[in-house]
Amino acid sequence: MSDSDYAPRWWSNLGSVAGVVGLLLLLYLTLYLTDPENAFSKRNLKDVFSRQGYYAVLTLGVAVLIITGGIDLSIGSVVGLSAVGFGLMLREGCHPYLALPIVLAGGVIIGLFHGLLVTQLQLQPFLVTLCGMFAYRGIARWLTETPVGLTDVTRIQPSFQSALETLRLFLIGKNATGYLEFPMQMVVALVLALLIGIVVHGSVYGRYWYAIGYNEQAARYAGIATKQQRLWVYVLCSFLASLGGLLLFLDRGTADPTNAGESQELYAITGAVLGGCSLRGGVGVVPGMVLGAMVLPLLENLVNFAQIKSAVIPLVIGLTLLVGTIADEQFQRSRRKT
Amino acid sequence: MPPLLEVRAIRKRFPGVIALDGVSLQADAGEVVAIIGENGAGKSTLMKILAGIYVPDEGELWMDGRPVQFRDVNDAMQAGISLIHQELNLVENLSVAANLFLGRERTVGGALRWLDRTAMRRQALALLERVGLPAPLVDVEVGRLAPGQKQLVEIARALSLQTRVLIMDEPTSSLTQRETDRLYEVIDSLRSASVTVLYISHRLAEVKRCADRVVALRDGKNAGGLSKAEIDHDAMVRLMVGRELKQYYPRSERVPRAGFPALEIRDLCYEGGPKQPINFSVRAGEIVGMAGLVGAGRTELAEAIFGIRRITQGEVRVAGKAVRIRSPQQAMAAGILLVPEDRRHHGLVLQASVGFNLSLPNLPRLSRFRLVQRAKESAVGEELRRRLRIKTPSLRQTVGLLSGGNQQKVVFGKWLARQPTVLILDEPTRGVDVGAKSEIYALMDQLAGEGVGIWMISSDMEEVLGMSDRVAVLHEGHLTGELQRAELNEEAIMRLATGGSK
Repeated sequence: MSDSDYAPRWWSNLGSVAGVVGLLLLLYLTLYLTDPENAFSKRNLKDVFSRQGYYAVLTLGVAVLIITGGIDLSIGSVVGLSAVGFGLMLREGCHPYLALPIVLAGGVIIGLFHGLLVTQLQLQPFLVTLCGMFAYRGIARWLTETPVGLTDVTRIQPSFQSALETLRLFLIGKNATGYLEFPMQMVVALVLALLIGIVVHGSVYGRYWYAIGYNEQAARYAGIATKQQRLWVYVLCSFLASLGGLLLFLDRGTADPTNAGESQELYAITGAVLGGCSLRGGVGVVPGMVLGAMVLPLLENLVNFAQIKSAVIPLVIGLTLLVGTIADEQFQRSRRKT
Repeated sequence: MPPLLEVRAIRKRFPGVIALDGVSLQADAGEVVAIIGENGAGKSTLMKILAGIYVPDEGELWMDGRPVQFRDVNDAMQAGISLIHQELNLVENLSVAANLFLGRERTVGGALRWLDRTAMRRQALALLERVGLPAPLVDVEVGRLAPGQKQLVEIARALSLQTRVLIMDEPTSSLTQRETDRLYEVIDSLRSASVTVLYISHRLAEVKRCADRVVALRDGKNAGGLSKAEIDHDAMVRLMVGRELKQYYPRSERVPRAGFPALEIRDLCYEGGPKQPINFSVRAGEIVGMAGLVGAGRTELAEAIFGIRRITQGEVRVAGKAVRIRSPQQAMAAGILLVPEDRRHHGLVLQASVGFNLSLPNLPRLSRFRLVQRAKESAVGEELRRRLRIKTPSLRQTVGLLSGGNQQKVVFGKWLARQPTVLILDEPTRGVDVGAKSEIYALMDQLAGEGVGIWMISSDMEEVLGMSDRVAVLHEGHLTGELQRAELNEEAIMRLATGGSK
């Protein structure tokens, strides 16, 4: 929170959000200059928007967790397990409108599990979710060795076709032929951001989360049920990760147990940090989370269009994060001095 | 022959307070000198200067008749002075031998610096024998030792440094009687080996047992001394106390309310507390001071009543009704509020704004459908700011940037939006400037007048004498006595606080 505001509002911390806005503008400009014809075509921008929306969903969850001083390394594996589980349930004859809430409930259960281990047994969040990262990936691979595809599902269960097409149109924006009509994942992300924004910046709970992130003991002495609050935030994070798994399966039309969602927790955490969240806790605003999540998909797209080998993508991501962190640290330091 | 150690007119100033104001001290080789004084008398500061942790502003240190200057701990160690802290400085996951030679490991193989484990072990065994620890302990992890054994390991480490002056700050505060006896024996053997021991203790019985001489400090000045023959409990208490009340303490005519006490503690035991159960009560409209020396267990008792520490046995009654307290939420619901001792870690979210802190425990009543009503919040915040005269440019100011006194007012403000039955104040004016102190006292007086039961834990003797209607004294976790307003005086309190009787 900035010292110029009474309590964190959504427009607080404009400094760090300004940084990420500048970065995004710079990347879009570079994309335009690289290849105005194709890269800046409506089609490509829609595509990038769609992926940015997807990452924003994952980032929102972990970013709120980071505000309370927690972390979740299992997001990618929860995505993978949810995607694979969703596909398998469909293939085995579970109706999409039933399978969807079951997967989301699975996410809630995983979040409860993490939250209880962290708050009741007082295990370190890093360790608990690291174990989760391995375990959920393992379960996904145990359930099936081969990828589950949407085409298999509709072949075996033809009656699900219309329901799946509806879901795909509403959540992803792809029509029956697989053409992306509208980046609906960004719409999903923005709706979620609005709801989470109201909770974080408007509600009593948001206040508690900031207080816990800054100083859990002081929050406890102020009579806040800190354990309960932290538990709910773990639930939120895993819930959004399982939603991410559904989106991934519907978007790509396939889920591979070995790598669906792999290392996406790191993308989500990177998005949160680029969006102004501090891993020390207590800092971050919701618009920043969405903006931060938009950086990496755009960066990847840019690297592809610049005809640089895609192998350099991790290097570029690492350097972006490092530069961003250094810039933020310098900015904070200069502000402390004044 | 000049004395081994001589301190001449040392002055040390900290921001806002003169810790030492011209203190002098002498000690001969092989002499055990006890340093006594109230909390804040300057004992620890003096010892830290001798150990090179602080540099004095004025004054001189002499050793063997020559002036010396310590810029840091290493200088003092080179000169043969070692300090054993209240909080021990051992690495718990290393063995006793490894701890004894930490940072000065014996090595072989030249630049390879292989650890010479055999040599270290051999020397460690000799050191353990000197302090009377059994040889098999040499390979045991320090974390597994009892507190008394750790203390002896610290002493052994000091001895390995060719220590000529050993300073012990409250060495027995965490020891059992057996361990304490063992420590006396070690001190006796150090004395016969011509090591000088400077010994800070609040336990006057112990001082009587092992000191050759007593030096008393009061308010950063020498308050006199006692020779071996003169040491007795009352004489020491007289040296430690005795000064004018400087602060103005507001006292409207308060009459404690009849009927059920605001807070009643019956046969209570709590986690980490003494085995002996405690009984204590605060009436409505009464200010009860709780005195005792640092570490007497006052904060722990308050934490138990506020639901931070687990209550293992006994009953808490608020206004006559038994209440179950397992969390601060339950304590607050029962009408018990706590202004904690550690303001920076427990009382405030320092990085957040004044307004954020003021409303934090009161958000449910400042919200509608769980959404915070900012207008209401600001109005309540502004009112508290006016009522408490919190000096801040705005409610948006980061609370950590305020002065100690204003920070403490914010902590009080957090609770003023409620009507407490019992208000527990743990060191309410620590680190608070004089002006803010008076305002806090006036507020306490006003709250008591409104019928709040106030339980004030304080190490500030003036404050206890000035504000309390009744004083309860704690010593090592249990209540050693209660004094009514009419029988209040500093000596009586000190006698109880040091384990004496009324």
